[in-house]
Amino acid sequence: MYDLIGKKWWFFIFSGLIIIPGIISMLFWGLRLSIDFTGGSLVELKVKDQKDSAKIIEESVKNQNIQLVTLSQTREKTYLLRLKPIDKDQNDKLQEELGKKLGTVDELRFETVGPVIGQETTINAIKAVIIASLAIIIYIALSFRHIPKPYSSWKFGVSAVVALIHDVLVVIGFFSLLGHFFHVEIDSLFITALLTVMGFSVHDSIVVFDRIRENLRKMAGDPFDRIVNASLVQTLARSLSTSLTVVFTLFALLLFSGASIRWFIVALLVGIISGTYSSIFNASPLLVIWEERTKKSKS
Amino acid sequence: MKFMKSSRRLLWIIAIITVIAALIDLPQNIQISIPWGKTKMQRIISSPQININLGPIKYSKSFNTRLGLDLSGGSHLVMEADMTKIETKDRDRAYESARNTIERRINLFGLTEPVIQKTKVGDSYRIIVEIPGISDASQAIDLIGTTAQLSFREEATNAAQIATPSSFLQVWPKDTGLTGKNLKRSQVAFDPQSGAPQVSLEFDGEGGKIFEEITGRNVGKTIAIFLDQSLLSAPKVNDKITGGQAVIQGKFTLAEAKQLSILLNSGALPVPLKVIEQRQIGATLGQKTIHDSLIAGVIGLTTVALFMIVNYGLLGFVADIALVFYAAIVWSIFKTIPVTLTLAGIAGFILSIGMAVDANILIFERMKEELRWGRDYLTALKFGFDRAFPSIRDSNISSLITCGILYWFGTGIIRGFAITLSLGIMISFFSAIIISRTFLRLIYKE
Repeated sequence: MYDLIGKKWWFFIFSGLIIIPGIISMLFWGLRLSIDFTGGSLVELKVKDQKDSAKIIEESVKNQNIQLVTLSQTREKTYLLRLKPIDKDQNDKLQEELGKKLGTVDELRFETVGPVIGQETTINAIKAVIIASLAIIIYIALSFRHIPKPYSSWKFGVSAVVALIHDVLVVIGFFSLLGHFFHVEIDSLFITALLTVMGFSVHDSIVVFDRIRENLRKMAGDPFDRIVNASLVQTLARSLSTSLTVVFTLFALLLFSGASIRWFIVALLVGIISGTYSSIFNASPLLVIWEERTKKSKS
Repeated sequence: MKFMKSSRRLLWIIAIITVIAALIDLPQNIQISIPWGKTKMQRIISSPQININLGPIKYSKSFNTRLGLDLSGGSHLVMEADMTKIETKDRDRAYESARNTIERRINLFGLTEPVIQKTKVGDSYRIIVEIPGISDASQAIDLIGTTAQLSFREEATNAAQIATPSSFLQVWPKDTGLTGKNLKRSQVAFDPQSGAPQVSLEFDGEGGKIFEEITGRNVGKTIAIFLDQSLLSAPKVNDKITGGQAVIQGKFTLAEAKQLSILLNSGALPVPLKVIEQRQIGATLGQKTIHDSLIAGVIGLTTVALFMIVNYGLLGFVADIALVFYAAIVWSIFKTIPVTLTLAGIAGFILSIGMAVDANILIFERMKEELRWGRDYLTALKFGFDRAFPSIRDSNISSLITCGILYWFGTGIIRGFAITLSLGIMISFFSAIIISRTFLRLIYKE
């Protein structure tokens, strides 16, 4: 039988290589947060053909005493303004001034999020991730409580959550890099993607753990690492098949759905690939290391 | 033999569910070549080719796909009610009144299917307003934010004859100067003699005095109460009313009395509203998105289906059939509840297609193993289902837990995603296990 557990340190090193650049990027550049988190206003404009539209827009914004955060050209003749929060009146006045200076201006989008809401979204996102992790640990501990002694079901739960944190770090790190190099913003959809990835990662880990649970009885007497290895190898085909089907659907979404959820899909894609990897190569090996440590310290 | 019977019965149940689901899934206004042209659901159901009697079930429901703002286009507003000047005990009433005011004003503009929700976050009283459709909501938004104006008006001398519904202001042209400011609160009360519901008004000191004067000079006539220029009620004055306490009697039902009192309160407890979030989404984007997502869904489904056949042969084909059933059932549930479909919601649905086959993959991989271990096909089939079950159950429950947490903490889009994904997970439980097992049993019955 192929020995996966024997190579466990290589798998951890590989994970480290993926995660560390992301963490460094997080530390230096952080994440590029959308107005969903920071609060602020977004105005997207389509102007008639005019050379210095950008300059005129910038001037008008200044005239109206509005603080401009960024101004970027999204498509030909289309500009996206990120502003400190403004209300509808202020926006109406701005549109009026722009209309005078640039001729007809189409307002494609106006969004404003108050700073309070932004803060709440951030806090809720963090809460959601923490509570989801705790809930998963508890659920796994409960559902694996009948495993034979001396193995502890809590270790299963915690290992699954460590694998999950691995995936969260991969996705966040990846988006920190994307944010720095490609100006990709994260919004509340990103949190949705992150939580889905968490669910999926645990889903995968549980399938392997379930097999370990079964094999603990079937192969009673065998050393733990052999049982885990056998379980991993037996469930490998399933893990890869499932991930492939999900990756297929996500690719279909990525190729054919519009720009507004593109990064949401990318986050899911990265997370699910990472989730498959971590549930096979991190969660179970971690369980082995932990059980062996406990055994050593007891003897 | 018993085994056979139960799968037959299951097959019937599956068939019935599928037919119902398929009927619900039909798009609206589809031209059917049955003589009566544009048919409604009922007529198709009662068509003799389908062998179901749905007699007692009443379909007073229309099965429409309800689209979220990101797909239909429209305006999304979050308003915060400023309660600093309202006494604590009146806050809930003021909150309800503010919601009511907003609803009334939106209806005034004839905007279709608005969603108006109260959400209290900590100490912040919020009202979420969603107005779908392309119609320019900008004017409505301006009005929604203003504070409600309540006024009391007197009849014109001998002008009652010209009363037409459009000219209430002409019938009661004289503004008395009494406004919502003077009204402390309004409540539903009951006539101590007859027990009939009535609406009580309580004025402040100044208001009580003005009201005394007005009622004094209008005995036998009516006084009209207007809210934002629209007539609420025009009770007849029986006597001069002193002391600032009045009741409006009439043939109210309890609900009507409540409604009137809420409206009066929205003038009496005027709550300033502040827009704290606003989003406007163009509708053209929405149309394209629906189209794109549909293509993505079909392509995703086809790829997964092919993958399953290549990987598992006949088994995979059966799983694919279960998958089609799955998609049909989930979609019909979306239309029945109805779930508001957002972009993220559709993504959740398409994603759940990928996850739906997972249960089948687990089962089939287990079957392959059992076969490898030397079991015969039928036993392997049985063991495949039985032994894969705990992992399917546990993994799905953990996904449902995350969905629950998403729903709990999320708003709008995130909730939509959580709902579609969790519905998907639950239905896939049914389709992957019951449907595919029933088919496989029938195929391998020999």
